[in-house]
Amino acid sequence: MTRNGLLRATVFLAIGIAFPFVFSPAWLVNIGVLTLMYAALATSWNLFSGYTGYITLGQVAFFGLGAYTLAITFEHYGIGAGYNPFYVLPLVGAGVAFASLPVAWIALRTRAMTFAIVTLTLLFIVQQLAFNLHSVTHGSSGLMVPTPTTFGVDTYDNPFYFAMLGILCIALLLCWGTLRSKLGLMLLAIREDEEKARGLGIRVTGAKLIAWWLHVFVTAMVGAVWAYYLTFIYPESSVDPLVMIGAVLMTFLGGRGTLWGPVIGALVLVPAQQYMLLHLGGSQLYLVGYSAVFVVVLLVLPRGILPSLRDGVLRTRERRRTRRLEATTS
Amino acid sequence: MHGVVQAIILGVLIGGVYALMASGLTLVFGIMRVINVAQGALVILAAYLSYALFSHAHVDPFLSVLVVTPAMFVLGVLVQIVFVRSLRGSDSEELSLLVTWALALGIEGVLSVIFKTTYRATSPSYADKTLTVFGYQFGFVRLMAFILSGVLLLLLSLLLTRTRFGRAVRATVQNPTAATLLGVDANRVQTLSFGLGVSMAAAAGAVYGVIYPFNPGSHYDLISRLLSIVVLGGLGSLGGAVVAALVMGVTEAVVAVEWQPTWASFSYFIVLIAVLLVRPQGIFGVRERAL
Amino acid sequence: MSALLEVEGLTKRFGGVTAVNACSFAVPEGSVTALVGPNGSGKTTAFNLITGYARADAGVVRFAGATVRRPDPVRLSRTGLTRTFQQARIFADLTLVENMVAALQQPWRSAFRTAVRGHEKARALELLEEFGLTRLARERAGNLSYGQKKLLEFAAVLMGEPRLVLLDEPTAGVNPVLVEQIEERIRELNARGLTFLVVEHNMNLVMRLCNPVVVLAQGTKLAEGHPDEVRNDSRVLDAYLGG
Repeated sequence: MTRNGLLRATVFLAIGIAFPFVFSPAWLVNIGVLTLMYAALATSWNLFSGYTGYITLGQVAFFGLGAYTLAITFEHYGIGAGYNPFYVLPLVGAGVAFASLPVAWIALRTRAMTFAIVTLTLLFIVQQLAFNLHSVTHGSSGLMVPTPTTFGVDTYDNPFYFAMLGILCIALLLCWGTLRSKLGLMLLAIREDEEKARGLGIRVTGAKLIAWWLHVFVTAMVGAVWAYYLTFIYPESSVDPLVMIGAVLMTFLGGRGTLWGPVIGALVLVPAQQYMLLHLGGSQLYLVGYSAVFVVVLLVLPRGILPSLRDGVLRTRERRRTRRLEATTS
Repeated sequence: MHGVVQAIILGVLIGGVYALMASGLTLVFGIMRVINVAQGALVILAAYLSYALFSHAHVDPFLSVLVVTPAMFVLGVLVQIVFVRSLRGSDSEELSLLVTWALALGIEGVLSVIFKTTYRATSPSYADKTLTVFGYQFGFVRLMAFILSGVLLLLLSLLLTRTRFGRAVRATVQNPTAATLLGVDANRVQTLSFGLGVSMAAAAGAVYGVIYPFNPGSHYDLISRLLSIVVLGGLGSLGGAVVAALVMGVTEAVVAVEWQPTWASFSYFIVLIAVLLVRPQGIFGVRERAL
Repeated sequence: MSALLEVEGLTKRFGGVTAVNACSFAVPEGSVTALVGPNGSGKTTAFNLITGYARADAGVVRFAGATVRRPDPVRLSRTGLTRTFQQARIFADLTLVENMVAALQQPWRSAFRTAVRGHEKARALELLEEFGLTRLARERAGNLSYGQKKLLEFAAVLMGEPRLVLLDEPTAGVNPVLVEQIEERIRELNARGLTFLVVEHNMNLVMRLCNPVVVLAQGTKLAEGHPDEVRNDSRVLDAYLGG
């Protein structure tokens, strides 16, 4: 890890941990929870789609699966309230991730655009299942998760905040680790030229599946925490295309394929999104506003903030260098 | 037995309409490798236009096709020029997916503001009329919609095979660079084809509103079906889209009758996954093997 | 010399066109065998069939004595058969060293280890040195010139220590200095025991470097033998000069 990287991580962690104590009003911590949630979703999306080049549009399906898994487990196994659900998170994450592998294997046999559509179809499938499997999910009536009564009124959001922060850190570590490992090398090779990679003997399917597993693992955990946070989930809210599109947008905004890009994207867009919801939510203009932001980001900054910044810095350095050269030669 | 055959009839009739909507989607993909996720929203937009014309000017929905289709063609052209054409670079395929999705959201938002989220249905006097042939029921509107779709699809295929424009389109699909070298204005072909694809959906949308109640959020249901159809048939294959639409329509109807309506739309996805297991490129798709 | 690669009755049809028609030839172990023929004679298709990038309609491929049931690029590369492409295919966003290391066959347990480990980097640099690409080792591969990309691709397939390398037009579109370099590399590696099957249009290079020479025309083998024999074969002359 470079010294800069370590510095960035430390600063981020410090701010992250201090935030709910410095800015204690509940609504602020709430925005913090949502920001961290989207940051984790965007980062794990980047882990798969940014590195393999396969755009998945079904991420929120696993978000919903994580949410429902936690809620249903609560119903049938009574995990108890308080902090217990947080201990179950890795199990939920791993469970959903393993369950998703067969479908992923089928989907990964298709090429890029078809893959995007198939994953999008997954989204609709899971939503439909949530509606239809009444006996398990209570369909459109929704599922209740017991409210944690031990969290205290003033600091109720804090445990959820730190849970999301923890998951985000896991996601960032996974991203960072993947990039530095052979797995990362394989994934990038796959992204550049999959056929050539196969021809060289690289185990393409396995690499893709591992990246997939990791991203679902994180996503499902985020969904589970979200379910516990809201204490009430139903199909449209658990598998919401807007959540998926939001995570993708934030990744694009911040810069695909970079480590901190998705986090930055979330830091910019979530507060903006909440602001729009507050002022425009009732009138459905929220959708129009959202789509406008979306379009502007995609058309104006297709590469994202971080890569554009980096290019800008490089260009300024170049310009300064040539100016210095001109100055010395004239 | 009677129930199954009746279901098949129903499935074929609605499948034809989906085929019309899907044809535009797959055509646009074949030409510029863009998935227009807004196709569903544009269908709904057309349904609202036809609804408004009917409620305020008493224009028959089938007649409104004559107005709605050209209007949406222009809209399609504008959309392509403003949003799609400006996307360049190696990411343009994925970006177009997201941009058209944003467009769909925008359309949904605008429609919600204007029409609110209550369900509407265009209800001309003949909305419930049915014909009985050999003991089987044919909903009059569905039958008319099916015939309309068939006619338009036939016109589309004639356009593609018999006209100069159609040749230019097919050349661009096969090899855009070569087509340009031969004098085909790729930009124009792409823009006009996009408009064409949208207007196909619009024609279907104008009559869709008579068959099914709809609200701004209905586009999700539609696009999920259309995407499954297009992938099943093989991205870019017009014939594939038509076959897939009929297959899906029949499957959905039969499942609804023989099992349960709530699982009917789910059957779309099962069929899709099952086929992709065996043929990742769809029924008529081409397995891309870079050499 | 026994044959390292044997092809028998290979056939491939594309619609109404038979690109490869009951083609049979052998690549002796330790040789630099050339596969030549006029345009459209089926050379690249034959390559694709042998290496599993296209499925043959009929015919058998035998590598190192064992029949290859369904040629598949992945399995073939693990048994020691590898190829390059006419349009040099490299991983543009990776550095040259990363390109090289990516070409190493890896067992699963190494997936979570560091991307480029010491000894792998050393070997990569060794090979890059032989190809004169050392000073570009940390450069992004996409920034290379066309000729340099071809060299990189060639170097990369050697990382897996193959037994047989199929080169698809290695000197096409490359300047004369680089052609010499490539020829030198092939000679050197061949002297160390590596077998080559080369598709080429540069007949001077072929006559200097290769033995045997296999001539294809219209999908079938026309002649196979020492370059001098082949050069004087009247059927070959007919095929190239037209009848």
